[in-house]
Amino acid sequence: MAILTDRKSTREYDVIIVGSGAGGGMMGMQLSLNGVKVLMLEAGRNYDPIKETPMFHTPDQAPLRGKGTQDRFFGHYDATVGGGWQVPGEPYGDKEGTQEEFWWWRPRMLGGRTNHWGRISLRFGQYDFKPKSRDGLGYDWPISYEDLAPYYDKTEMMIGVYGSNEGMENTPDSSPGVLLPAPKPRVGELLTKKHCKSLNIPVIPIHRAVLTQALDGPKLAAKLFPNNPKAQKLVGDDMSARMACFWATECGRGCSIRANFQSTTVLLPAALASGNLDIITDAMVREVLTDDSGKVTGVHYMDKVTRVDSIARARVVILSASTCETARILLNSKSALFPNGLANSSGQVGRNLTDSVGSSLAGHIPAMESLPPYNEDGAGGEHVYTPWWNYKKQETLGFARGYHIEIGGGRYMPSMGALGLLDTTSPGIYGKKLKDEARRYYGAVMGFAGRGEMIPNENCYCEIDPNRVDQWGIPILRFHWKWSDHEINQATHMQNTFADIIGAMGGKATPRPGREALNKPGEIIHEAGTAIMGTDPKASVVNSFGQTWDVKNLFLMDASILPSNPDKNLTLTVLALAWRSAEYLLDEMKKGTV
Amino acid sequence: MNPSPLSRRDIFKLVAAASAAGALAPVGAEPPKPLTRHFKNTLSDPDYAHPSIPWDKPLDATELATLAVLVDLILPADETSPAASAIGVHEFLNEWVGAPYPENRADYETIRGGVAWINTHAWKHHGKAFKEIAPEEQTAILDSICDPAKALPELSHGARFFQKLRMLTLGGYYTHPATWKSLGYIGNTPINGPYPGVPDEIIKLLGLEGLEGL
Ligand SMILES: Cc1cc2nc3c(=O)[nH]c(=O)nc-3n(C[C@H](O)[C@H](O)[C@H](O)COP(=O)(O)OP(=O)(O)OC[C@H]3O[C@@H](n4cnc5c(N)ncnc54)[C@H](O)[C@@H]3O)c2cc1C
Ligand code: SF4
Repeated sequence: MAILTDRKSTREYDVIIVGSGAGGGMMGMQLSLNGVKVLMLEAGRNYDPIKETPMFHTPDQAPLRGKGTQDRFFGHYDATVGGGWQVPGEPYGDKEGTQEEFWWWRPRMLGGRTNHWGRISLRFGQYDFKPKSRDGLGYDWPISYEDLAPYYDKTEMMIGVYGSNEGMENTPDSSPGVLLPAPKPRVGELLTKKHCKSLNIPVIPIHRAVLTQALDGPKLAAKLFPNNPKAQKLVGDDMSARMACFWATECGRGCSIRANFQSTTVLLPAALASGNLDIITDAMVREVLTDDSGKVTGVHYMDKVTRVDSIARARVVILSASTCETARILLNSKSALFPNGLANSSGQVGRNLTDSVGSSLAGHIPAMESLPPYNEDGAGGEHVYTPWWNYKKQETLGFARGYHIEIGGGRYMPSMGALGLLDTTSPGIYGKKLKDEARRYYGAVMGFAGRGEMIPNENCYCEIDPNRVDQWGIPILRFHWKWSDHEINQATHMQNTFADIIGAMGGKATPRPGREALNKPGEIIHEAGTAIMGTDPKASVVNSFGQTWDVKNLFLMDASILPSNPDKNLTLTVLALAWRSAEYLLDEMKKGTV
Repeated sequence: MNPSPLSRRDIFKLVAAASAAGALAPVGAEPPKPLTRHFKNTLSDPDYAHPSIPWDKPLDATELATLAVLVDLILPADETSPAASAIGVHEFLNEWVGAPYPENRADYETIRGGVAWINTHAWKHHGKAFKEIAPEEQTAILDSICDPAKALPELSHGARFFQKLRMLTLGGYYTHPATWKSLGYIGNTPINGPYPGVPDEIIKLLGLEGLEGL
């Protein structure tokens, strides 16, 4: 075990990784399994999902019946620790003239947001890597789908992703044998599929990082780490120790049987078992340190428990603190050599900030009233979804790019709002009749949420606020935001589509104008692009391996480096990129170039 | 501190002195305590093993007794599920209205004021508080305010109270596991093997044949 709860590191390190979420966790695992001595610094507290996950707790055991509040937005049992859109003592602001306030979600825990994410794991497609070549907007990636495909395969095999291969346009298939079987759909999902047929809207199994069956660890690990017996043993044993989903409990609370993917249950255990990874939690990194030659020498962090300034040193530094925080650390790392912040000779750090375009609509579906009850919990999240289906019609739509639809509803564990419908369907009724009404309407609502691609624009960025610091004395970020017509029109299209679907299913719903129905920037929590990769050091911050152009031994590995933010939720791509970058870094370290 | 002038060797010297590489503790500083969990904010970092509600419950005993009667009129016992008060829905309302969030603050006003309103209303007509009048008298009052669209204008305050109370009661009641079977929620129990999916009976009922394979 090397979570340094005593905060005493005992050795010199080759690599420091800042952050233990998707990007940091994957980098830490790959490097430490290959003999690299890694120190991971995590701003949040130590967190043990095996012991701390309230898997079967019911709403009556929680304050306010578990309902979401300002302090716990996704409900009392959501796995987020010490954070949310507000972190006590760590404010952020808006730049004057912003059209919208940006919401910045941060957990403060080992494993970051991977403890409570939705586990939706969609690959970016061919078009997504070359968007500018297709429609002239945004940026092309310096790599294409083919470069990342092998890493998508490996990542999916290792973390365990269910789904199917449907051969649809720009919705890549995985290699044969990679995906786990998709769970059977629920009733509302089947009903949606039935009625979407007439609208020519596809409904197919979604891909999610949940084990629908146990993994054969040794066999898979042999494929994943062909020349590394130690990794085969450690990862193989660990994969076999994960259980298959037992179709109960919400994935957002975390999964103590390790059936779904969290950095803390899948990446960090094997990495720690290698003996090469040390983790210091409650370590808030403030800036990256450089020497006179412009090389990185380590990081300066605040030990949050003692409030003592501290330094850790290594040959290589990797920032995986999440999109905006990585930009913040770079911008705060100013020196004579780097007056505009580290790795920012292009001036692009903090720019091109995007989030998914989000909009949703729900409706009462009469056909789902009074259905015979059955266990509908399933895989703690979606079983099916709609990938973007309008590539052929794109020119006629009034916006570029597309969105996918996340489909939900039915007989979830009752929450405070589960019977909100009765306010309109059954006014005035009380007594035993009200119980009949509750039985009739419970589970008869379906909701549709669009998650769409936003195109980077010059009005969306973050920068250091010249006037304010957080409780650690670290200058904070302020945000500036403006939607373009692409996003607004896309949200309008979402609303109309959802109303059509609900209508076809026999329900009624009134679509709202896109500008009104758009979620807040940051509300979908898929922020990306503050330090994009590219081929030109003047126009981008890193190369395709996350290596900064300006500083050879500084790497970035989270969604900050994504040049585009396709509708497909981005975490799987961050994981695959991290695996690819780790291999590159190992090679460079061997060659002695970093 | 100014990080740049320290060379790598200096750092490790300092570190040896402080016996903590990575942390530069000042001379004489107490060694940091081992960290397992630290709850600075029970709202944003709760301890699920020891659930606590970090705010006061503001309603007094008579108010709660009135609410107990009201929630049972809204959701009484039947063959398949308990009365609302039997599973503490009125106590839950007390917790709800004490919470420090804007929605709950507004509901506090509605619920506390509403309880007083309905007592005054009962007293004016029957000379007693609401919980003391006969059940038929209680339902007669509820019938006059239960539907906000039909309530007389002079009873609008009561109607607004009842509408809110009814929805909070529904929420508090059906989030309790004792009511789930009756409602039709079957879940939160592990199943072995693949997810069984929708029963044939429902497939036939909704004409979903042939879609299951997707
Ligand atoms: C409710 C929710 C649902 C989501 N659903 C999905 C989904 O279905 N599919 C999907 O693809 N994505 C989803 N996401 C997004 C997904 O969680 C993130 O994209 C992913 O976790 C990003 O990984 P990361 O490594 O960049 O950052 P994180 O996982 O956030 O990890 C960053 C880590 O760095 C630490 N850190 C930050 N600053 C510092 C500092 N200064 N010093 C030291 N450490 C620091 C943080 O504490 C954190 O642990 C969801 C997110 C949320 C919140
Ligand atoms: S639904 Fe399955 S994967 Fe999700 S938390 Fe529960 S057991 Fe784990």
